Amino acid sequence: MWGRLSLDALPHDMITIGGVIGGGLALLAVIAGLTYFKKWRWLWDNWLTSLDPKKIGVMYLVVATIMLLRGLADAGMLRAQQAVFATGDGGPISPDMFQQVFSAHGTIMIFFVAMGALFGILNLIVPLQIGSRDVAFPRLNSISFWLFVGGMVLINLSLALGEFSTAGWLAYPPLSELQYSPGTGVDYWIWSLQIAGIGSLLSGINFLITIFTMRRAGMTLMKMPIFIWSVIGSMLLVVFAFPILTATLSMLSLDRTLGMHFFTSDMGGNPMMYINLIWAWGHPEVYILILPAFGIFSEIVPVFSKKRLFGYTSMVLALMAITILSFTVWLHHFFTMGAGANVNAFFGIMTMVIAIPTGVKVFNWIFTMYRGRVKFATPMLWFMGFVVTFTIGGLTGVLMAVPGIDFQVHNSLFLVAHFHNMIIGGVIFGFFAGLTYWWPKFTGFRLHEGLGKAAFWCWLIGFLLAFLPLYALGLMGAARRLDSYDASLGWQGLFIVAGVGLLIIALGVLFQVVQVGYSIWKRRELAVGADPWDGRTLEWSTSTPIAEYNFATLAPVTYRDDFWEQKHRSDIKEPVTLVEPIRMPKNTSLGVVVGVLATAIGFGIIWHMWWLVLIALGGAIVAVIATTLQEDTEKIIGVDEVVATEKDLRGVKL
Amino acid sequence: MSKPRLLEQKFLDYKTSTGFWLYLMTDCVLFASLFAIYVVLQPATAGGPSSNEIFSLPMALTETIILLTSSFTTGLALLALRQRNVRQLIVWLGVTYVLGVSFLTIELSEFAALVGDGHSWQQSAFLSAFFTLVGTHGLHILIGLLWLLIMVVVIFKKGLSAKVTRQLGLWGLFWHFLDLVWVFIFTVVYLMGAAS
Amino acid sequence: MKKRTKPFLSPWRIVFLAVCVLVIAGLGAFLLLNGKNIAVLNPQGIIASKQKDLIIFTVLLGMVVVIPVFIMLFAFAWKYREGNTKARYTPEADGNRVIEIIWWVLPLIIIVILSVVTWISTHDLDPYKKLNSKTDAVTIRVVALQWKWLFIYPDQGIATVNEVRFPEDTPVNFEITADAPMSAFWIPNLGTQTYAMNGMTTKLSLEADKVGEYRGSNTNISGEGYAEMNFKAIATTHKEFDMWVKAIAGSNSHLDWATYEALAQPKKDQPVMYYMLHEPNLYAMIQNKYMDGHATNMHDSDMMNHEGMN
Repeated sequence: MWGRLSLDALPHDMITIGGVIGGGLALLAVIAGLTYFKKWRWLWDNWLTSLDPKKIGVMYLVVATIMLLRGLADAGMLRAQQAVFATGDGGPISPDMFQQVFSAHGTIMIFFVAMGALFGILNLIVPLQIGSRDVAFPRLNSISFWLFVGGMVLINLSLALGEFSTAGWLAYPPLSELQYSPGTGVDYWIWSLQIAGIGSLLSGINFLITIFTMRRAGMTLMKMPIFIWSVIGSMLLVVFAFPILTATLSMLSLDRTLGMHFFTSDMGGNPMMYINLIWAWGHPEVYILILPAFGIFSEIVPVFSKKRLFGYTSMVLALMAITILSFTVWLHHFFTMGAGANVNAFFGIMTMVIAIPTGVKVFNWIFTMYRGRVKFATPMLWFMGFVVTFTIGGLTGVLMAVPGIDFQVHNSLFLVAHFHNMIIGGVIFGFFAGLTYWWPKFTGFRLHEGLGKAAFWCWLIGFLLAFLPLYALGLMGAARRLDSYDASLGWQGLFIVAGVGLLIIALGVLFQVVQVGYSIWKRRELAVGADPWDGRTLEWSTSTPIAEYNFATLAPVTYRDDFWEQKHRSDIKEPVTLVEPIRMPKNTSLGVVVGVLATAIGFGIIWHMWWLVLIALGGAIVAVIATTLQEDTEKIIGVDEVVATEKDLRGVKL
Repeated sequence: MSKPRLLEQKFLDYKTSTGFWLYLMTDCVLFASLFAIYVVLQPATAGGPSSNEIFSLPMALTETIILLTSSFTTGLALLALRQRNVRQLIVWLGVTYVLGVSFLTIELSEFAALVGDGHSWQQSAFLSAFFTLVGTHGLHILIGLLWLLIMVVVIFKKGLSAKVTRQLGLWGLFWHFLDLVWVFIFTVVYLMGAAS
Repeated sequence: MKKRTKPFLSPWRIVFLAVCVLVIAGLGAFLLLNGKNIAVLNPQGIIASKQKDLIIFTVLLGMVVVIPVFIMLFAFAWKYREGNTKARYTPEADGNRVIEIIWWVLPLIIIVILSVVTWISTHDLDPYKKLNSKTDAVTIRVVALQWKWLFIYPDQGIATVNEVRFPEDTPVNFEITADAPMSAFWIPNLGTQTYAMNGMTTKLSLEADKVGEYRGSNTNISGEGYAEMNFKAIATTHKEFDMWVKAIAGSNSHLDWATYEALAQPKKDQPVMYYMLHEPNLYAMIQNKYMDGHATNMHDSDMMNHEGMN
C-alpha cells in the first residue's frame, strides 16, 4: 500500500533535517496566521480560485520568490563547501548531499524561479499591454499555475521524504538510469519537471492565442509593444520545445518504472539520444527566458530615455531571427560527444550567428538613449548592469561557440560562469527591472529608490565577484560540480572570493526584501498616480488599483504607443464608446483540483503507489469532464457597476 | 441568438479552434520526438526480434483501413451536424466509435501476442520504442473515444448547443489528426519495418 | 531659489572610482593568479597551443564589438542624462537606416570571419584526426570507471590506473570508453577533452611538447566519487618511457578479466596502480559488455574520415 515508501525515507543528516524543520515551521506559521485572522475563505475566494491573470501573476511571483530563497540557500551551501571544506577531509556536506544540492539548485532556479517569474510577469502585463481583459483561456491559465505549484511541491517534498537527484539539472543517462541511480531522486526530478512542464506548455498555447486573437482593435502586429513581440517569440519556443521535454522525461520515466531501454547502457539503449533530445528542448528554454527580458528592456529604455525606441522594425526582425535560430544550435552543448568536425562546425557557426541579432538589439537600446533625456531610476540601472554583464557573457559565449575552444572549457567552471552571466545578468536583471518598473502600476506606490539602488549595486558587484573568478578557475582546469579538490592547486583563494560575491548578492536580496517591506509600510509617502513614469503603452492608461476587468471600454487604438500619442498629440479625438455589460469568468476550483491530483500522480509514481496513481488519474479525468460540461462559468458585471467603479477608481464619469 | 451573442460565439469558435490547432501542433512535436527515437532505436534489437520478424502487414493494413474509414464517417457525422440532423449525427458517430474500438482491440491483441511470446518492451530498445510510439497513439485514440462517448451523452441530454457544436468540431480535428499520425506509423513502423 | 548642487558623481569622480576599482581588481587578480597553473593558457602540447591561439584571436575579434558598446553605453549615459539640459534632445527620432545597416553588417562581417576560422579550426582540431609526426604514435586505451581511470597499453602489454605516461614529442592516440556513467577525459595542459561512454569508443589525439607532469580530470558528473577522478599525465623522455614500461611488465600485478571486474566496482580513494596486461582483448571485452543491442555502425574504429555520429 505504501509502495517503496518507508520510514527510511525521512532525512538522516542535520542539514536536511534543519531545512525541513525550517520550511515546515514557516509553513505552519502561514497556516497559523491564516487561521488566526480567519482568512481562509478570503484566500480561497480572492486568490486561489481566481481566474484574474493579475492575481495569478502575483501568485506566480510569490512562489518564484520563495524558490529563489531556496535556490540561493543551495548556492550558499555549494560556495561554502568549495571555499571552505573542499580542500580538507570533508565537512558537514557529504559528496552525495553536495550533488543533490547542485542538482536541486539548477532545477529550482530554471524551472521554478525563472519560469515562475516569467509567467508571473506575462500574466500581469500581457493582457494589459494588448488592451484586453483576460487571457484567451482563463481556466487553462489557472490549471497552468497549479501544475507549476504541484511541481514545486514535489521538489520540496524530496527534502522531507526520500532524496533528490544527484545527476545534475538535466539528469543525463546512464547516470540517471536505475543502474546508477536506483533511488527516488531522479524520479522526483522527472515528475516535478513533467508536471510543471505541462503547465508551461499550456501557458505557451494560452499566451500565443491571447496575443493573436485578443488584441485591441487597431493594434496591428507592427503596432504592438516590443515586449509583446518578445513574448510571441518566447511562447513560440515554448510550444515547439516543451513537447520534446515531455516526451523525453516520459521515456526516461518509462525506463525507470517499466524497465524500458530508451537510454540504458545495455539492451540497445542510446544515452546520446537523450542528450540530443534534452538539449533540443534545453537550448530553446534559455531563449524562452531571455527574450521577454529583452522585451522588458525595450519597454524600459524608451520610457526612461523619454524617447521612442530606436529601430522598432529591426528589433522585431532581430527577435524573430533569434527565435528561429535558437532551434538550430542545440549541439553546441555537447561538442565533445564526438559528432565529427562537419557537424560540430555547423552548429558552432549557427551559434555565433545568433550573436548578430542580439548585438543589433543592444545597439538599438543604446541608441534609444542617444539624444534622449535619461533618468537613472532603478529600472534603468538594471539596464546598465545588464549591458555590462550580458556583453561579457556574450563574448564568452562566442568563445565557446568555437568548438576548438569549447573542447577545453566545456563542463569547466568557465561554462558555469558563462551561463550564470547570461541568466543573472540577462534574465534576472531584466525581471528585476520589470518588477521595479511595473510595481507602482499594480500597487499605487513606488518601491523605495535608495534601497532599490543599494540592491542593484549589491547584485552587480556580488555577481562580478561571484563569477569572474569562476572564469579564471575554468581556465585553470577546474571542472564543474566538484565537492573537493587538492589544496596545492591554489584554487581556494578564488573560491573564497566567489563565496564573498554570493554573500554580497545575498545582501542585495536582503535589501530587496527590506525594500518591499519598507515600501509597503511607507506606501502613503511613496504613493504615485496611475502613470508615474509617463508611460507609453496601454497598461499605464488604466487606473491604480486596476479594475478587475482592466478596461471599461475597448476603444480601438490607432498608433504604436497609442497611450503616449493620446497624451501628447493635440489632434487626438477621444472616441466615444458605449459602456456595455462585461462578461468575466467566474472563479473555479478546477486549477487547484488538477494541481493536487497531478501532484498525487507524481508522488504515486515516485513511490510506486500505483493505487494512488490510478485514483488520482481517474479523479483528474472526472474533473476535466465535469468542467467541460459546466454551463455557468461566467459572471456579468453590469453597466451600473462599471460606471460606479470607473468613477471610484479613476474619477471618470462615463 | 442576438447579434452580439452570435458574434461572441463566433469569436469563441475562432479562439478555441485556433488554440486547439496549436495544441495539435504541440502533439505533433511530441510524436515527432517519439518517431525520431524510434528511427534511431529500430536497429537496436539486443538479440531479440527485429521489425521484419514481428510485424504483420495484413493486420496493420486492416487497422489502417479501419482508421481511414473512421475519418470518413467522422466527416459524414460533421456534415450531419452542419445540417442539424441529430439522428444522422448520432448514427455516424456511433459507427466511428465502433471502428475506433475495433482498432484498439486489434492493436491490443497485437501487443498481447508480443508480450505473450516474451517480446515485451523490456526486451530491447527497439521494442521499448515500438510499444511507446504505437502505444502513445493508442492512448490518444482511447482518449478520443472517451471524449466521443461523453459528447454523445451530452447531445442526448442537452441537444446541439453552440458549445457542443464547437466541441464536436474540435473532436473531429483531433480524430483526423490521429488518423494522420497513424498513416506515418503505418509507413515508418510497419511498412519500413517489414521491409528492412 | 533653487540651489544648484554639483552632482556627486562627476565624470572625474567616476573615472577615479573606476581606476580605483580596476587597481584593486588587478591586485586581487594578481594575488590570486600569480604562479598558478592557468592550464588552458599555459599549453604544453600542440593541440592546447592551437586552442590558446584560437582563444586570443576570438577575444580580440570580440573586442571590436565589446569596446565600442561599453564606450557608447557610458558616453551616452553621461551625456544624455536627464540633468544635462545642454545636450540635444530628439524624442521622436526612432531610426536611421545607415546606422542600422552598419550594425547589422559589421557584426555579420565579424561572424563571417569567425565562421571561416571556426570551420578550419574545427577540422584541424577534430579529436579523431591523427597528428602528423615523425615519431610513431603510442596507442593508449582509456576506460572511465567509478571513480578512477584505467589506461590500457595494448602494444606495451601493460595497464595502469590513475596515471598515464607517454613519451614527449610523440602523438598519443587515445581510444576511450567507459564502464561507468558518462565521463569526460581532460588534460587541460595538453588540450581537448572527450566524453567516455559505455559501449562505444571515442578518440582523441594529443601530444606533449616536452617532459612534464600534468593534471587530468573528469568533467562530467558520474556519481558520488566524481570529484576524485583525477589522474596524472606524465610526459617523459623516450628512454624513460621504455624503462617504465619494462619495469611494469616485470611486475607481479596482473590485469585479467577477473581482476578487472574487481577493479571496476564503485570505490573511492583509488591509489595509482600498475599492471601487466594479461588479457590482451580487455578493452574490446569491456566495450562489448554493452554492445549486445547496438547496430554495428557506431564509431567504427577503421573509418578514415569520421563524420557524424552514425
